[in-house]
Amino acid sequence: MTSQAGTEEGTQVSRRKLFGLAGAGVALAGAGAAAGVGFDRLGGDTPAAAATSKVDFHGEHQAGIVTPAQPNLHFAALDVTTKDAKKLRELLRTWTAAARRMTAGEEVGPNGALAGSAQAPPDDTGEALDLPASDLTLTIGFGPSLFDDRFGLAAKRPPQLIDLPAFPKDKLDPARSGGDLCIQACANDPQVAVHAVRNLVRLGFGVTEVRWSQLGFGRSSSTSRSQQTPRNLFGFKDGTNNVKAEDTDVLRDQVWAQAGDGQAWMAGGTYLVARRIRMHIETWDRETLAGQEQIVGRTKGSGAPLGQTGEFDQVDLQVGGAGGTPLIAEDAHIRLASRQTRKGVQILRRGYNFVDGSDGVGHLEAGLFFLAFNRDTRTQYVPMQQVLSSKDAMMEYLQHTGSAHFAIPPGLTPTSNWGDGLFA
Amino acid sequence: MPQFRKTSTAVLTSLGALVALTACDSTNSASGPSGAAAGGPIKVEASDTACSVSATTAAAGNLTFEIANKGTKVTEFYLYAEGDRIMGEVENIAPGLNRRLIVEVPDPGKYQTACKPGMAGNGIRGDFTVTGGAQGQSNASAQKTAATKSYATYVENNSSALETETAKFVAAVKAGKVDEAKAEYARTRVFYERIEPVAEKFGDLDPSIDAREADVEPGQQFTGFHRLEKDLWTTGLKPDSPQIADKLLTDVKALVAKTKTLQLSVLDLANGAKGLLDEVATKKITGEEETFSHTDLWDFQANLDGSKGAIAALRPILQERDATLVSTLDKEFANVQGLLDKTRSGDGFKYYNELSQDQIKAFASAVDALSEPLSKVAEVVAR
Ligand SMILES: [Cu+2]
Repeated sequence: MTSQAGTEEGTQVSRRKLFGLAGAGVALAGAGAAAGVGFDRLGGDTPAAAATSKVDFHGEHQAGIVTPAQPNLHFAALDVTTKDAKKLRELLRTWTAAARRMTAGEEVGPNGALAGSAQAPPDDTGEALDLPASDLTLTIGFGPSLFDDRFGLAAKRPPQLIDLPAFPKDKLDPARSGGDLCIQACANDPQVAVHAVRNLVRLGFGVTEVRWSQLGFGRSSSTSRSQQTPRNLFGFKDGTNNVKAEDTDVLRDQVWAQAGDGQAWMAGGTYLVARRIRMHIETWDRETLAGQEQIVGRTKGSGAPLGQTGEFDQVDLQVGGAGGTPLIAEDAHIRLASRQTRKGVQILRRGYNFVDGSDGVGHLEAGLFFLAFNRDTRTQYVPMQQVLSSKDAMMEYLQHTGSAHFAIPPGLTPTSNWGDGLFA
Repeated sequence: MPQFRKTSTAVLTSLGALVALTACDSTNSASGPSGAAAGGPIKVEASDTACSVSATTAAAGNLTFEIANKGTKVTEFYLYAEGDRIMGEVENIAPGLNRRLIVEVPDPGKYQTACKPGMAGNGIRGDFTVTGGAQGQSNASAQKTAATKSYATYVENNSSALETETAKFVAAVKAGKVDEAKAEYARTRVFYERIEPVAEKFGDLDPSIDAREADVEPGQQFTGFHRLEKDLWTTGLKPDSPQIADKLLTDVKALVAKTKTLQLSVLDLANGAKGLLDEVATKKITGEEETFSHTDLWDFQANLDGSKGAIAALRPILQERDATLVSTLDKEFANVQGLLDKTRSGDGFKYYNELSQDQIKAFASAVDALSEPLSKVAEVVAR
């Protein structure tokens, strides 16, 4: 697969052609399996991977969690507008079928954008015609508010699915927080991710409505050792010590919910914390290089911990500087967030950079859309964020403006549907 | 309220150049042995409305000013170098008293004298020219010592005013005089906001004095100025407001005591000047700091003053090393001040919620234009 692959017939199978060529999906899946492992630096091999690769929708866990993070995100939080649990369950089935098709690179419904009646609106909105599956993953989650008295789900609420506490310095916008449901769409092509969310939202009209949504670009952490560590909008490598797909023991211990954790229907699932973090990049850009590196605790170039040489060197919080003071300051981001300081607690991060235009006074409305998965938010994310929001030197340049928490149910078989465990 | 910046301190320590500062520096110069003042003492007659100085030129060297307060208000006398850098000052001259100021002025140039009846405001200014002397002979380390000493005087003046004004504010709160306390609130905070980078050196005191409600950590009590701000403007005084007021005064006194032993370097000054503008950019331009009272522009002015005060102290060093930077800073400081002046109302400012989006945007852009050159100051003084 070269970067020209996209122009060659046979390598790039668009969803329109696929629609015409029944059965081509099998060959496509084979090509995708190889492509998914590729080194995914944006602008490097991504176009090639985008041309052919698919992520399997089915599995023990939902795709889009340890899947090597794709470069684009469209995330939507929705509220359920009906009080009829049956309608909600039916929508979840409809969504499952649509997601199964779209992640395979097919149009959302059998008639697609063009083959239906000319007198009816098309089944598929059409903006992803000619585009391949692009590693699209669709991941769904249930917010704490879904477990109120509307649908009789209160007894199904996992104890881990708490209402997040207030953290110091939060400036949360209710219009960017909460939600009964969430859809996370990640893809190599932003148009494919947007298409997927748009069509699921469309299928949900009358049952759900969008509460807020967020676009993200330039994944800001790696979830696989096959990936290079990307940089966040502060210009620093982000996610060097993230939990990786290859760390299966850590995942079992710190990410995947187990049958005995409280709600058996969540076994194989996980809990997602979504935080919209505005970065004051203009003031950050006026911070000296030495100051920036002290705040982070790493060098800006290589990403090595201060006092060490390689990005992946085991962080040594003890390395001394002048006068015996550790080079990694007491309030440095990596010290406070480190596994050592957090007594072994880790979370799997899957954040994205965002720029939502400018803020009306000439500053970029930019930041990090932080997405993290953990097995128990009460003992993993919450204590970590309490410490960071009150002690992290970086907080001077950050502001949390949105916040949400979701239970992410386990993965699906080819015959099961989202919501099966919840409504069983 | 930005976070305690241990970071910058750590950077500074490793670069060295720490200079010991004590509060007595300025008083020493005021009451020390009479030096060889060229041309004899210069007499200053201060009243409530005038400040007459017997000579407006002198030769470089030790100058002696003899100040007589003929007015009815307690007054102060200052000698300023360009950029309002304090060369020397005497405080607390009660009506009817005479005090003497001896100040070393090694460099010729343009200076200003000022009397401050009531110890507030810009004072009654007069031009003062110093001639002769050996200009620019001072070595870098002497310049740095002079800069930190000059800034220490600035901090000392503002922290003593902070203590005085906080006492008045606290008394009004405790007496249940809501209107009086509201009037005193913004006026008091000015002195805090001017020296905020210094206050932040004391990690535990800054949050207890200046934390916003949203900054309060779990298990921590919401105290300080903003708690009383909320009581005064939103909830009404509460049964524990007097205790919160007492604690505020105790904390402020502790802070003032600590500022006297603080060691600051020229890099602290440079970073502080920049930090104050960052504070404006993220907290004042958004109206976040004074959520209940909307007196953000008072703080804005105070942050700007504080930044200017630090740069004024560094001015001789900057002037010698990068004169273009100095003129850029002068221009941009004036630009921001010009915008602020347009929002003046009475002896204060408009409330944040009275600003138009265009005004907010103009502030943001002017503050960015000033912050960019300010962010280069540290590197210049570190050379
Ligand atoms: Cu982090």
